[in-house]
Amino acid sequence: MSKVKIDINHIAKLANLPLSAEEEKTYDKQLTAILEYVKHVESVDTKDVEPTFNVTPNKNITRKDTASKSLTQDEALNNVSNKKNGFVVTGGVFENE
Amino acid sequence: MSDLTQLTLTETISGLEKKDFSTEELNGAYLTRIKKLNPKLNSYLFVNEESNKIPAAIKDIISVKGMPLTCGSKILEGYIPPYNATVIKKLMANSVSVLGKTNLDEFAMGSSGENSAYEKARNPWDVSKVPGGSSSGSAVAVAADLCAFALGTDTGGSIRQPASLCGVVGLKPSYGRVSRYGAQSMASSLDQIGPITKTVADARLVLNWIEGADGKDNNAVPNPKSQIPNPKSIKGTKIGVPIEYFAKGLDQDVEEVINTALNKLKDLGAETVEVSLPHTQYSVATYYLLMASEVSSNLARYDGIRFGKDRSKFGPEAKRRIILGTFALSAGYFEDYFIKAAKVRTLIKQDFEKAFQKCDVIAGPVSPTVAWNLGEKISDPLTMYLSDIYTLSASLAGIPGLSVPCGFSAGLPVGLQLLGEYMDEETILSVGEIYQSATDWHKQKPGLN
Amino acid sequence: MDNQQSTTNKSWETVIGVEIHIETNTKTKMFCGCSADYFGAKPNTHTCPVCLGLPGALPFINQEAIEKCIKIGLALGCSISEHSLFERKNYFYPDLPKGYQISQYRWPLCTNGTIEIDGEYGKKTIRINRAHQEEDTGKLTHIGSETFIDFNRSGLPLVEVVTEADFRNSEEVRDYAKKLQQIIKSIGVSEANMEKGDMRLEANVSVRPQGQEDLAPYRVELKNINSFKFIGDAIDYEVERQIKLLEKGEKITQHTRGYNERKKETFLQREKEEANDYRYFPEPDLPPLSVAKEEVEKIRAGLAELPGKKIANLEKIGVSEKVAVIITASDQKFDIFQEAITKIDSAEIAPLATFFVNQGSKSQSAEELLELFKSVTQQKSTQIQDEGELTKIAKEVIGENEKVIADYKSGKLNAVQILIGQLMKKTQGKADPIKAKNILVKLLS
Repeated sequence: MSKVKIDINHIAKLANLPLSAEEEKTYDKQLTAILEYVKHVESVDTKDVEPTFNVTPNKNITRKDTASKSLTQDEALNNVSNKKNGFVVTGGVFENE
Repeated sequence: MSDLTQLTLTETISGLEKKDFSTEELNGAYLTRIKKLNPKLNSYLFVNEESNKIPAAIKDIISVKGMPLTCGSKILEGYIPPYNATVIKKLMANSVSVLGKTNLDEFAMGSSGENSAYEKARNPWDVSKVPGGSSSGSAVAVAADLCAFALGTDTGGSIRQPASLCGVVGLKPSYGRVSRYGAQSMASSLDQIGPITKTVADARLVLNWIEGADGKDNNAVPNPKSQIPNPKSIKGTKIGVPIEYFAKGLDQDVEEVINTALNKLKDLGAETVEVSLPHTQYSVATYYLLMASEVSSNLARYDGIRFGKDRSKFGPEAKRRIILGTFALSAGYFEDYFIKAAKVRTLIKQDFEKAFQKCDVIAGPVSPTVAWNLGEKISDPLTMYLSDIYTLSASLAGIPGLSVPCGFSAGLPVGLQLLGEYMDEETILSVGEIYQSATDWHKQKPGLN
Repeated sequence: MDNQQSTTNKSWETVIGVEIHIETNTKTKMFCGCSADYFGAKPNTHTCPVCLGLPGALPFINQEAIEKCIKIGLALGCSISEHSLFERKNYFYPDLPKGYQISQYRWPLCTNGTIEIDGEYGKKTIRINRAHQEEDTGKLTHIGSETFIDFNRSGLPLVEVVTEADFRNSEEVRDYAKKLQQIIKSIGVSEANMEKGDMRLEANVSVRPQGQEDLAPYRVELKNINSFKFIGDAIDYEVERQIKLLEKGEKITQHTRGYNERKKETFLQREKEEANDYRYFPEPDLPPLSVAKEEVEKIRAGLAELPGKKIANLEKIGVSEKVAVIITASDQKFDIFQEAITKIDSAEIAPLATFFVNQGSKSQSAEELLELFKSVTQQKSTQIQDEGELTKIAKEVIGENEKVIADYKSGKLNAVQILIGQLMKKTQGKADPIKAKNILVKLLS
């Protein structure tokens, strides 16, 4: 984790985040500073330490396979800006054929 | 009848039961006060004129069927949720109605309220100061008597810190005590919904209403310890004072106020013991790595297809955290950042487990300073992050935290933070309630006209 | 094509790993209570905040889906993990409402199983790396410049069965997929109907110089293929295409291809590029799974008999493998046959099986089957009743089946059924089975 350089362009692409050139510059600077700061966790001895992903004692909490009411088509589509014949519509998705 | 707005939740319920006033009068009084003060304080983003029961202010990250949900972001402009969050269902079953949706830092990301994409909320004690965040509008609504009580969410201090900066009570329950279903996730492993109220007794009541598993939040714990309706005695209660919470960085005046409060607790029969939470210094880094990772994934659903606008509409802090989190999870960095932080989280949790072998509650400041000027830290994200140092560890450990008003510094409120063992809200509520029975800090009101 | 392959195969070896997705037949979706019975329903009528990925919605694990995933794991001889976690697979696509798919990656529910396949290539054990639980996406339809999305399928439970790269040709892959389908159907966890999309095939194909131990530095993913025939054809086409490129000295990069059934060609779908860093991390909204041994044993005990075992059992009572495979392909056929044979003489089992299969397994019950069978056999005026002739044929059969005779003499009395089967075959089913059996038993004692 020594000297880390964020490739903002690559990360923004992964995150599907459109950034202006100006924004890229700002975030590059700020994130370099933040990463420089968080680097100090590196010095913590975590040998034989298990990671914590969930702090609850819950295990095997499941629900029964019984159906509950779904939304109506109208409710489901109420917030959709582009819809047609009950479908949600989006611009063409890239897929060769 | 504007004095109805000064009543605590407990007093309001008793007044309604005794028919001292009607729910129409009650809601009318609040609506009038909101009309007068909201333009100045920007507490509410949406006001429900139809509110007709016990009026609650709900942080606008919690879904209420049929009312706009913005999460403080432009990306959700126009979105109307088709369902109620579990906490809303539970409140409604207890004669509560939603008076309005309150302002917040965009997607609950911020410590000052200034990351809201709308007009920024202001501190009722001094409108040139920040109210704290991210539950800015909810804390302001309670402090300015614009609701009987409010709900906020707390991921790294977002209930406790604005409650402290606005001089009201804020409770972050143990992770898993309250169902998160219906609140937009910020960092799923840390988020909790909790009450912001005028008194600790009110917070106890609201927790009772909203707690419990619902079959919707898979992390809600099915049988948490039961709550008792009244405080237990604090005679002999051991209060741990962590040396790390009184180190460099804590404002001297704030420290003095906190020490006075600790002495008061001793007068009331509690004992104080020194404890140590040695990994506190790593909590900011640990929190920001884990939180940002989860944020980057939780905000991926915003693609403008099923609701809301496109991803360019995220504000600067949201974008910053999405980038940081995406980076921390990306190939080649996951082990060094995410897993490393998850391991340090274990050590932070163990710090508390060790400390609680010596004490019943842990007490200290909520925030290293009182409310600061609007605009003061907004251009320096790292400094802003560091102001959360005393609240983050409890969030990482999943334990409950209560902020109780305990005095003033330079005319601005200071909050005492009480931390309890996992699922032991009972003890911190009792300490807080007994403290309030012997002090008047929570009765102080900001001079608003 | 076969010729071409056999010449090129001298210098190149094909390496294939297979991923098969199975939609299990729960009543509700994987993480919400929406009805899973969406086939043919109007678009976006089986959705809720959870499977639409609305702000604030959270997943909750469906118990039945987990049990079905464990059943699949057990049927494939997998170990069931004592500690298993869901993780988020992060990527953007309009059919994926949350911007991530809840899946399993580092801590799958079932690991290390096997499936035996058998064909011209000989008997072979395919290693199963894992069978894990995940959720399905919505369905996209592309029309012109627009994409139409139906979220009814979003969030349905999917089990992904992943093999090691153990396949060397398309025949093996086809047999494996058929065998897996048979197992899935027989344990009742899915219809595994390929046309409906209950079962979807993916193959990772690469070729390497014959004799090379290391895997090729690339692999081509063949995706979204919905028939056994097409997966074989697609692999054959792809292998030939890759060998041609490699022989020209070209480099092949990691990418995804689809299969065009009309043109009988694979085509480029997506370049494997940087956008494919899925950033898996433990799903923070869900607690871990920790399935107790007793729970696993309970599920194991409840498992229906597997087809491999069923086939072997039928063979033991004289049914030829070919016929047994057909009868065990459906639970209904198998049940009818099982019931019918309790009502007849053991000598009639093999002829009944052949009869059942020859009539296209039309009979809807054991009674119906037996009635038809008897009416047909009785009508047979040409049936061989003559004991002299039957004894002659029986001696021939005994002479040709030394091993079976040895088995019989060592106490495996069922072996006589195999001999009856052989005798029936020799007489084209015309021998009176009961008489034939008596003669065989007499000759052997």
